[in-house]
Amino acid sequence: MAEERKLGISRENHTKSSSGEQKKGVPDLRTTIAGVEFKNPVMTASGTFGSGMEYGEFVDLNRLGAVVTKGVANVPWPGNPTPRVAEVYGGMLNAIGLQNPGIDVFMERDIPFLKQYDTKIIVNVCGKSVQDYIDVVERLSEEPAVALLEINVSCPNVKEGAIAFGQKAEALYNITSELKKHAKQPIMMKLSPNVTDITEMARAAEAAGADALSLINTITGMKIDIYKRKFVLANKTGGMSGPAIKPIAVRMVYQVAQAVKLPILGMGGIATAEDAIEFLMAGASAVSVGAMNFVNPYATVEVLEGIEAYMKKYQVEKLSDLIGVVE
Amino acid sequence: MKRKVTSKVISQKEISPAIFDLWLETDLAAEARAGQFIGVFPKDKSTLLPRPISICKVREDGKALRIVYRIAGQGTREFSGLREGDEVQIMGPLGNGFPAEAGLGKKVFLMGGGIGIPPMVELAKEIKKQSDDNTVIQSIMGYRDADTFLSEELGKYGEVFIATEDGSVGTKGNVMTAIREKGLEAEVIFACGPMPMLRAIKSYAQEKGIPAYISLEEHMACGVGACLGCVVKTREVDHHSHVNNARICTDGPVFEAGDVEI
Repeated sequence: MAEERKLGISRENHTKSSSGEQKKGVPDLRTTIAGVEFKNPVMTASGTFGSGMEYGEFVDLNRLGAVVTKGVANVPWPGNPTPRVAEVYGGMLNAIGLQNPGIDVFMERDIPFLKQYDTKIIVNVCGKSVQDYIDVVERLSEEPAVALLEINVSCPNVKEGAIAFGQKAEALYNITSELKKHAKQPIMMKLSPNVTDITEMARAAEAAGADALSLINTITGMKIDIYKRKFVLANKTGGMSGPAIKPIAVRMVYQVAQAVKLPILGMGGIATAEDAIEFLMAGASAVSVGAMNFVNPYATVEVLEGIEAYMKKYQVEKLSDLIGVVE
Repeated sequence: MKRKVTSKVISQKEISPAIFDLWLETDLAAEARAGQFIGVFPKDKSTLLPRPISICKVREDGKALRIVYRIAGQGTREFSGLREGDEVQIMGPLGNGFPAEAGLGKKVFLMGGGIGIPPMVELAKEIKKQSDDNTVIQSIMGYRDADTFLSEELGKYGEVFIATEDGSVGTKGNVMTAIREKGLEAEVIFACGPMPMLRAIKSYAQEKGIPAYISLEEHMACGVGACLGCVVKTREVDHHSHVNNARICTDGPVFEAGDVEI
């Protein structure tokens, strides 16, 4: 069974691809976001992969284009009460509440762990106030190994901050322009789907100087236990993820790609290479696997291998020949 | 090392109403210990997440695992239809397991409530295997009614005391009622069952000044410590979260009762 092996160990030819010449007949999987080159477009969705340690037992992290970390704030956050997760048809709800150990522990433990691997590091940054975000962004500027910052202004599960910056175009504009002043790395604003018009948000981020966009974050949902007459999640609402949300995510990536020039990291229910290629064709320059890591811990590498196989089969020489090609 | 693998069903039978006894052929068994669990994946794509189910027994040759579970929803209902020769995806072994060595040379209580009883079988086996003359295993098992599944099997490893909610077998009441009624005593407790039972055991153990290793459950998603869905408040700041939140799936499911706020 494919799933019984630790995938990727024997694929050395891919671990050094980023600057080398591409071999003939081997598809060029490289992609670029905001001037940062990634050896391939497969990444992890923030919050579903920790900082890679847990899934490092299943997949070779060297195979990934990047690891996008769990959100980190200036101080430790305890997160929400349990139950924090629930299954729904074709997906799940979560209301973790951005539990994280804070930037100090993150810098001492998670960054050195990820630096051992030949993969790019994208750090997801969260906060309750603009100053919280600035504190984290400034700390991360000390660390050249961090390639890109993903700014989480769209978590639906924390009461203050976060989503408050991501649902009003003016607030998004303000925080983006403020963070641009402090960030050394390019910043990628993570957009919420829980808005009337996501292109309005995308345009506000672009106007404020954002370097890239990632979308979509989870869609706010709810589940009720009819036998107990209670909310299943302690937080009442949670963010929905999983294959059931994929068509919504693909549509939003397409709309945003039409509306702005910024590169897009696309995500939302990606389970297979076919799913990922939909996002690329809709206009994403790279893709993240999220909840499906829980269902198939080998999903990231299988998606990567599937994209490569597709490119070979249909004689697509380079990944950029797939990006935004839908018509 | 944790892996997701395809396993083959050796046998399955309903040992009590809605309670199923499933043997799976898998080499994950070689690394498994009492108190650990596996994630069992439904085939139906509308039910995606692995179902965490504790290991009831590990076959001596390390090539098969037994789980005993209750139908609790769509996923476990699907599993109840598995037949000999069917394939099922599982991930494991997950979690830390019971420290069976803490029972060595001691008077031990194994306390199980309802569907918390199955892991006690492998634990009893492991403690018995390494036990000396001073080791005494007493199993105190709580059931709803006269369907006292696995109680005979636990009898192979020591004396078994039964409590039933309806009083149809053994002591009428719960495991705590049984201990008091029979005047039982122990130097260490291992327990798995519903939260009210675990809370009562925690306070009993504190009152007696003895350690109690309890196995917790919570809604889980990843099962491997990445998603932070299944946390429990801890007394001390833990090494991973730095916010007094241990992950039940990886830092547990077994905790010393005094270390967790339940």
